[in-house]
Amino acid sequence: MNQPIHGPHAHSSAQLGALMLQVMLALAPATLYSFWLYGWPAFNLWLLCLVLALFWEALFLALFHKPVGAHLKDGSATVTAWIMALCLPPWAPWWLAVVGTFLAIAIIKQIFGGLGQNVFNPAMAARVMLLIAFPVEMTTWIAPEAVAISPPDITSGLAITFQGLSALPDGYSGATLLDAVKNQSAQGDPVSATLSHLDYRPTDAIIGLRGGSLGESTSALLLLGGLYLLWRRVITWQAPLGLLLGAAVPAAGLSLAAPESYPGGVFHLLAGGLMLAAFFIVTDPVTAPITARGRFVFGLGCGLLTWLIRTFGNYPEGVAFAVMLMNSTVPLIDRYIKPRIYGRTRKGDPLPITEGRTS
Amino acid sequence: MFSPRLRGGVHPPGHKELSNASPIRRFPMAERLYLPLQQHLGAPATPIVKVGERVRKGQLVASSQGTVSAPVHAPTSGVVRALAEHTAPHPSGLPVLAITLEPDGREEWDPSLAPVSDPLALPPEELCLRIGSAGIVGLGGATFPAAVKLGSSLKRGVDTLILNGGECEPYLTCDDRLMREEPGNIIRGALLMQHAVQARRVIVGIEDNKPQALAAIRKAAEGQGVEVRSVPSRYPMGSQKQLVQLLTGIELPAMSRAADSGVLMHNVATARAVYQALCQGRPLISRVVTLSGQALTHQGNWEVPLGTPASYLINYASGFDCAPARLIMGGPMMGIQLPDLNVPVIKGTSGILALTRKEINTDEPGPCVRCAGCVRACPMGLQPLEMAANIRNGDFEKARSLGLDDCVGCGACSYICPASLPLVHLFNYAKGELASRQREARKMEKTRALAQRREERLVRQAREREELMAARRAAAARKAAGEESPS
Repeated sequence: MNQPIHGPHAHSSAQLGALMLQVMLALAPATLYSFWLYGWPAFNLWLLCLVLALFWEALFLALFHKPVGAHLKDGSATVTAWIMALCLPPWAPWWLAVVGTFLAIAIIKQIFGGLGQNVFNPAMAARVMLLIAFPVEMTTWIAPEAVAISPPDITSGLAITFQGLSALPDGYSGATLLDAVKNQSAQGDPVSATLSHLDYRPTDAIIGLRGGSLGESTSALLLLGGLYLLWRRVITWQAPLGLLLGAAVPAAGLSLAAPESYPGGVFHLLAGGLMLAAFFIVTDPVTAPITARGRFVFGLGCGLLTWLIRTFGNYPEGVAFAVMLMNSTVPLIDRYIKPRIYGRTRKGDPLPITEGRTS
Repeated sequence: MFSPRLRGGVHPPGHKELSNASPIRRFPMAERLYLPLQQHLGAPATPIVKVGERVRKGQLVASSQGTVSAPVHAPTSGVVRALAEHTAPHPSGLPVLAITLEPDGREEWDPSLAPVSDPLALPPEELCLRIGSAGIVGLGGATFPAAVKLGSSLKRGVDTLILNGGECEPYLTCDDRLMREEPGNIIRGALLMQHAVQARRVIVGIEDNKPQALAAIRKAAEGQGVEVRSVPSRYPMGSQKQLVQLLTGIELPAMSRAADSGVLMHNVATARAVYQALCQGRPLISRVVTLSGQALTHQGNWEVPLGTPASYLINYASGFDCAPARLIMGGPMMGIQLPDLNVPVIKGTSGILALTRKEINTDEPGPCVRCAGCVRACPMGLQPLEMAANIRNGDFEKARSLGLDDCVGCGACSYICPASLPLVHLFNYAKGELASRQREARKMEKTRALAQRREERLVRQAREREELMAARRAAAARKAAGEESPS
């Protein structure tokens, strides 16, 4: 006789691969738009990241004697690589993709024990390491307007990807908004002057006409993808809302107190990688708390730290650092924020018995 | 009306339409019936008939044994052919003691069985006694002897009797059909139980995916002082703690019984059995069984005599469309896998399902990505993934500190897990392991106490011997001195 099988015999259709596919679908509009904005080099970079991530994943799964095929199919490495690509400068050279995916997949994920075991968000941790190791390449931004005027064809796109900065034509590079505001504020310029000098409109950030990482450009499409994931119940709303509030509320407060020194909440929400982080990074279940309230606190912490780093730190952008820092607090959050068990008090003692004379 | 927010739960596809359309049909007598002596929680019944003896329909064939037990009655008239072991309706397929009855087809009732003319005039204790002697157990699947629950509730004094018409398990429609077809009997049974425990009010809770049953029960309950309420369809709505909270607002405290909070819950089918026992003089000798699953040709509900072999039931009522991938007794969430179809229908058999490969989960477990779907699904507010991780590391005590004892075993966590992790399986394993450790510890404690008592006894005996010797020596010395003194 076969081994007896314990119930439940029915099972929901939820499967990891299907969830990952939804995430990719949600990322697609913003990604396609970025390809259109930044041209062939951006596509090359994205493709490189995906292929390399799958390579590292397969290699390390084989090294750890895990079933390679089954794990490659779950799509987690693809999603990690995709988000990783969106966090790189749009025309980043090929070797940045090699090192970045190696760090994300091999070091941060597989060496920590593989899927589900990593402490840090692979894409964010890899970005932080790259930023510290290769500060120049990681902050060479491309101005979308310049690309729009003369987009590189396939050949020059490949040259940009594979020959690196030496092949970068003049006149394409530009600073991100956060860079500009940080640098000008350091020189004592008021925020309003800097923004008007840059001809800043919040709508620019929404439609992606500001330099930045590959995936940072279009807050609107990222938001769309996020709403799709919320609708399909792939992600929950607590962490995204926490992040947005955590960044916007203190920013708005300080901006009210000193408008010429500190940009406001809307500016912070639409700048940099905040939208990407809100819907695709702090919602990574592996590195987030497991309870609803815990996830809100986690998001709140990420948002607050991002704003603090942007405002008072040395770096113009702080999402990756903030997420990494908050990742390390997840066990703590999970320890202290737990759901109350049915029939018990928050402390875990049984509820007092009351005669049920309700009516 | 105050309706507390219920936590967790899942929405498995109901598949109720497979079997809920046609009326309950009466199943004919099989060639042989196998009546296990243990069809309930507690001590098995003791057979009181001999091999070769002729029994009448409804006659007591095995009497209850101890405080928590239930008797077994003959489902029809016939001859006892054996008192031997038969495959148990349990995944292990191990044999249990069963009475084999060969029906004679005459359906002669035991003349001593007589309905009570006015059961509501009887004292409550008497009602409990009669319900117990009719062999009635919880027919929702738990099979706890009904009289024991009623008796302790009467002593404790309960305020509310809840009738569970949730039937939240997918596929099962036996309660649904029963509520549609015999709403009057169910309500009368409920009123009898209300009298038996002297409850102040009766509430029937029915999931809103059974509108016809709801309407039928509402109509039957009119003017009877019975409240009928629709509850949202969500698994595990039929679980005692969840349904009580939804209907009364009472959150049953951990480690206590429902009766302590003034609540008693019974299944609708149990209420009907109570009605039949008291008003028709018919002990529990048959029950409604749902026959469903895509592997069957004809799904439906049958009133089946207890002891009917499942193979006989399926052969007669349906036949297979294709080879079933899994046979289940009960629902697909908490039901048990059947080793084969030789097992008989017993008091707790709410359904027999023959599921195809598509209907069951055959995925291999994958890694947990902490998606926390299980945390959201748990109706008890537990963290299944944390508990499972600790159990896998062998740290059962840590799992217990996370709330293992509060797990009701509903399986919502395993159902929802995208990695197909065996969560509830691990919890049941750990519960069993902890229970056996506790038994072991108690045994050790007993042994230690005995050894200590022996030690003390030996010391005491040695001391007593010593004292005796000393006394004798003293006496001898006195004697010697006394003998010497006159001189």
